[in-house]
Amino acid sequence: MTKLARELLFPLIAVLAAFIVGGILILLVGDNPLDTYRLLLGAALSWPDGIGYTLFQATPLIFTGLAVLVGFRCGLFNIGAEGQLYIAAFATAWVGITFAGWSSWLLIPLCFAAAILTGAFWGAIPGVLKARFGSHEVINTIMLNFIAVALVSYFTQYHYKVPGDPIMETATIGPGAHIPRFGRFIPNFPERIPLNVAFLLALLCCLLVYLFLWRTKWGYEIRATGSNPSAAEYGGISIRKQIVLAMAVSGGLAGMVAINEVLGYRYRYYDGFSDNYGFTGIAVALLGRNHPVGVILAALLFAVLQHGGIYVDGFSEHVTKDIVQVLQGIIILFVAAESFFKWLVGRVRPVERLRA
Amino acid sequence: MRDIFTFSLIASTIRLATPLVLAALGGLFSERSGVINIALEGKMLAGAFTAAAVTYAADNELHLGNASPWVGLLGGIVAGLFIAVIYAVSCIKFKADQVVSGAAINILMIGIPGFLSGAFFLSSGSTPQLPKDHLLPQSPVIIAIAVLALVALTWYVLYKTPFGLRLRAVGEKPEAADAAGVSVSKMRYSGVLIAGILAGAGGAYLSIGQSSLFTRNMTAGRGFIALAALIFGKWRPVQTLFACLLFGFTEAVSIQMQGVFKLPSGEDIPVQFIQMVPYVLTIVVLAGFIGSSHPPRALGVPYQKEK
Repeated sequence: MTKLARELLFPLIAVLAAFIVGGILILLVGDNPLDTYRLLLGAALSWPDGIGYTLFQATPLIFTGLAVLVGFRCGLFNIGAEGQLYIAAFATAWVGITFAGWSSWLLIPLCFAAAILTGAFWGAIPGVLKARFGSHEVINTIMLNFIAVALVSYFTQYHYKVPGDPIMETATIGPGAHIPRFGRFIPNFPERIPLNVAFLLALLCCLLVYLFLWRTKWGYEIRATGSNPSAAEYGGISIRKQIVLAMAVSGGLAGMVAINEVLGYRYRYYDGFSDNYGFTGIAVALLGRNHPVGVILAALLFAVLQHGGIYVDGFSEHVTKDIVQVLQGIIILFVAAESFFKWLVGRVRPVERLRA
Repeated sequence: MRDIFTFSLIASTIRLATPLVLAALGGLFSERSGVINIALEGKMLAGAFTAAAVTYAADNELHLGNASPWVGLLGGIVAGLFIAVIYAVSCIKFKADQVVSGAAINILMIGIPGFLSGAFFLSSGSTPQLPKDHLLPQSPVIIAIAVLALVALTWYVLYKTPFGLRLRAVGEKPEAADAAGVSVSKMRYSGVLIAGILAGAGGAYLSIGQSSLFTRNMTAGRGFIALAALIFGKWRPVQTLFACLLFGFTEAVSIQMQGVFKLPSGEDIPVQFIQMVPYVLTIVVLAGFIGSSHPPRALGVPYQKEK
């Protein structure tokens, strides 16, 4: 088997196996799995709504998938993308509100910087804690998620909520901070579909992450730290520096979700906007086998499922959109326990040999 | 400040700390055996949903009356155990990454209760309301005694029995334990399965003790707070109990203050800052600012028997 085929085969088997297990669950609650899957997967195919919304939903997942990927490549598990993107989204909205009168030429780059730098800052904290005190980034990123959510909820509620607005959201950002939606360039593509240039930015980031990790000295040092920390240190690489750098880059990528959400979609900070993007990012990176191209494919798959979930809710008798999370969980479980399939193959093979 | 320490606040601290203690002690068994347990959240959700659903069924289909919450508790425990079996097989037999599998379980358990309640109760993620007299006991005295007994039992098992010694040995130096004839995987299975039982019971107390139904994502991060308490308690039973009480207290305060917490000087502390306390304390303790907190040495490392 060539390397590429193997890289593609395991994720495909994991997805297929998850759909089979999910299908059994659907049968158990009394629906026809084929009908459910037709709704779930078919919804994404329609033009312009299906494709538009699916690509829109893939955008944050590409960013968080890349964020988790950069961490993994350094041997770090960033479960904190959720907190990083919340902090970044609030900071981006704050810049967009505070400098609302500025022209796009200044305001958009400033908002981009706010999104990336705030995310990077929040990501660097567990990096520093690990590098300086050796405390585990998994625990710290989980804790920082809760702290981030509480912190932005405080700022929204006490300082930036529009008086009288029953919803926990800030005022809108200045028009100069809006980034264009696809509807402006593509004929017959309505502007109500929130797909915006952040999607192109996400694709660009895939390329940049690839170049950074595999074509620069910094990326090489990060990967060396990830694959064998003691050898890397022996080779003169400062592991501590790589840990902080990788976590900052990871946080910055997670923070870029804010560009899609605040500058391209809602034009304000909306409390609780993230549909578990940070955690789905873990699934995206794992299923994408920690490669930028894999991240794009996995993000598209999960976006298709998420979009289809709405239709399942509306049109199937028993199954709810929760099937999406169920499938996601099973997929990661299978991807994590890759040796399960090897074990399965090992058990099946002797039988085949007997037959031959 | 004077009227903060009222009886009702103490009572609600105990009630809110109970699911945390159960889950954290479960996590203790698992982590002392060397298996990270970020899946506590998912196990609690499984326990909470199943307990509420089973209690409802026992009440309405089997007409068990006052016995139904106990059947429900058993259901919650079985659900926690079931999830723990999946987790244990994936982490111990197939040597999957423990954090990844834990994250998978958590994501799965956000979906499963909604999926099942949609099918069985035609609702969007909650179970039907249970009658007030068909719930687990809520008297702070009774649950305080139960919780203390459980902590004492955990302490005894962990430090005074051969089982506890083996469990701790497997979490610290699996090679040495293996050489001494202890089965590493058997001990780790035990640790993870006990975690499932206790976290399932903790979840059950949330849905059929503290409230009277299951609602979507009702643990709201309590599995992670339990994990935080375990770390804050330095992986020791008695300290973990105190950590759970402290975190239960912050939750009780943030509920009772309804938004604002007044300092004696008259300044307001927004509730969000009180909610942050457990998380900030955990980071501080883990970094070693207040004494040092060392996880079991083999935590998170799958054991590969030498051939």
